[in-house]
Amino acid sequence: MEGSKPKLKLAIYWAAACGGCCVSVLDVHEKLFDVVAAADLVFWPIALDIKYKDVEEMPDDNIDVTLFNGAVRNSENEHMAKLLRRKSRILVAYGSCSHLGGIPGLANFSNKEEIFRRVYSESESTVNPSDVRPLKEFEVDEGMLSLPDFFNDVRSLAQVVDVDYFIPGCPPQTERLLEVFTAIVSGAELPPKGSVIGAETKAQCDECIRKKTENKRIKKFYRPWEINDDGETCFMEQGVLCMGPATRAGCGYRCIKGNAPCRGCYGPPSGVTDPGTKMMSAIASIIDEKEPEEISRVLEDVVDPAGFFYRFSLPSSIIRRKLS
Amino acid sequence: MEFSPKIVAFLCKWCSYTGADLAGTSRMEYKSNVRAIRVMCSGRIEPTFVLRAFTNGVDGVLVCGCHPGDCHYQEGNYRCLRRFLLLQKYIQQMGIDSERLKLEWISASEGKQFAELVNSFTETITELGPCKIRETMKV
Repeated sequence: MEGSKPKLKLAIYWAAACGGCCVSVLDVHEKLFDVVAAADLVFWPIALDIKYKDVEEMPDDNIDVTLFNGAVRNSENEHMAKLLRRKSRILVAYGSCSHLGGIPGLANFSNKEEIFRRVYSESESTVNPSDVRPLKEFEVDEGMLSLPDFFNDVRSLAQVVDVDYFIPGCPPQTERLLEVFTAIVSGAELPPKGSVIGAETKAQCDECIRKKTENKRIKKFYRPWEINDDGETCFMEQGVLCMGPATRAGCGYRCIKGNAPCRGCYGPPSGVTDPGTKMMSAIASIIDEKEPEEISRVLEDVVDPAGFFYRFSLPSSIIRRKLS
Repeated sequence: MEFSPKIVAFLCKWCSYTGADLAGTSRMEYKSNVRAIRVMCSGRIEPTFVLRAFTNGVDGVLVCGCHPGDCHYQEGNYRCLRRFLLLQKYIQQMGIDSERLKLEWISASEGKQFAELVNSFTETITELGPCKIRETMKV
């Protein structure tokens, strides 16, 4: 059409992902028509049949914005991260996995050998007496078959390539994505490179409407099903662990609205590099005991500190992985 | 070359740093593996300090504060104790031997106890060997 603005070239790619972030984009529902009116989707494996080689043939910086979701687990993920970095003007780490490592990041408690042993030999439904393992290359009559290289560590996107912006969440709240998209399309001035966008700067507790008092003194930690949640009082005050105090706001405290405590998927608030240590410090401070034995007794209910405090952020925490 | 551990000690100004200082002014001899970091209160010590020490190549971390009930700021040392216990659980999960992190109460007059603590902790860490967590931090 004459005189119309050139459409934004948008790409969405999934690496070590569950598909939820792509679904969060689809969750715009009928606003998808507004999206495609303003943007050309040039690469989106879940929805379009555009191939890797088509991306490779694009000129550099051809794509205006790429939303990259999923962590980097293998060499295919790494290759696509580097390729899309070259072909994109703006590369956005979309969702917890690319932002912080996400749930796949929990594999950093293990290593390649342990994982392969579990998957290919030890799991209960596996029958593999000759311990067959996948090979990176295998020659057949038709040619050479190859599989990506499985890395020992899971990494976030920023640990592999230079990232322009981060949109946190597991998945990011769709309304926030639309806000970001509208801002980009309208040509508004973008925040400084490296910013977390589509979210607030303060902690969840700032947004959450549950009632809080100064009475945070815990004698026992409970799992959510062990209490009769009154639906109104702060989870922490009821003894239920909630990552709210160390988690960035912006999701509309959607889990709390569903009467579940926050799990920290939006990552740390602004100015904090490692969300887990801050939460550890906060949790420990509210334990209402003075003797070491009593404190240890209360802490027995924090069964898995590393998994709880770093559910979504293990690869990008200070201690990125278990020593192995 | 024989392994000589690097140990960082977080000492509170009012009691434990003063106690360590007393060991010095009294000309007590003790192992030189410890680098002291003075904080106002052991309640200031947060897990980030300890974890950054380990990932920067330190082999053992000592945390010292006033005896329970004697904290200059009333309750700081209790907070330190609670954080320490949770932190020990966490580092054990991450493959760092929980013996590499030690908490001890040292009062301002306990110079001798500080010297003995440094000696025994240095021995413990020497036996445990270098802390390998730094190598796994390479991305």
